[in-house]
Amino acid sequence: MADPMRIRAALAGDTTTVRVLMSHPMEPGTRKDASGALIPAHFIRDVEATHNGKSVLKAMFSGSVSQNPFLSFKFKGAAKGDKVSVKWSDNKGDSRTDEATIA
Amino acid sequence: MTTTRRDAIKTTGAFATLVSLGIITQAQANAAVSHDSFAVKSLEDALKAIGGQAASNDQVSVVSPDIAENGAVVPVGATSKLPNTTEMYLIVEKNPTPLSCAFTIPAGTDADVQTRLKMGQSTNVIAVVRADGKLFSASKETKVTLGGCGG
Repeated sequence: MADPMRIRAALAGDTTTVRVLMSHPMEPGTRKDASGALIPAHFIRDVEATHNGKSVLKAMFSGSVSQNPFLSFKFKGAAKGDKVSVKWSDNKGDSRTDEATIA
Repeated sequence: MTTTRRDAIKTTGAFATLVSLGIITQAQANAAVSHDSFAVKSLEDALKAIGGQAASNDQVSVVSPDIAENGAVVPVGATSKLPNTTEMYLIVEKNPTPLSCAFTIPAGTDADVQTRLKMGQSTNVIAVVRADGKLFSASKETKVTLGGCGG
């Protein structure tokens, strides 16, 4: 199981800004190790953020997203104390879900 | 599974015919990109996977630095002021696989996303958005001092 995500969600006016820092190696599958062998691809493919069971953002990543991916987005219609949950799944079938409270 | 091979061929055939007749456009056929789209090797193929050429529009903007010292971590964002923006894509033109990420924006979510991408060399960063079913784009050049794709 991968390390937990760090999620910050802050309400300003009627807009909630969510910032997520996922912990993942994001190997693109094009890099070589010291002996010249290709390092197999290992990256997050799907990310979905939900608020009260409603999807607020879906993202598809490729191996060209940086290691420990950062994602920031904004949505309307949330209140303080609501929960935002983020789920990712990678190309090896691993996945992780974390949630944060909107401050 | 009751679906026979023959049925599958018939269905695919009928679907291909509809596409070729222009009854349903290619864009509708690929409402969202699949994971395979991320493996394409050129900018043309990446645009094709999204659904064709995008018109340049000043309501779309790419947020990317002029000079990135480390190509492994380049902060890149995209915003769109067009109403009904439903999808956003980030393309790094000279990367081995140019299509980098795709976002689906449901109603209520702002068309304003930021992330961090890897860049192999100095390149144009292109944001493509789908608004009201049409594609619009914006691009910006980023110079990379140290590439981040290995080799």
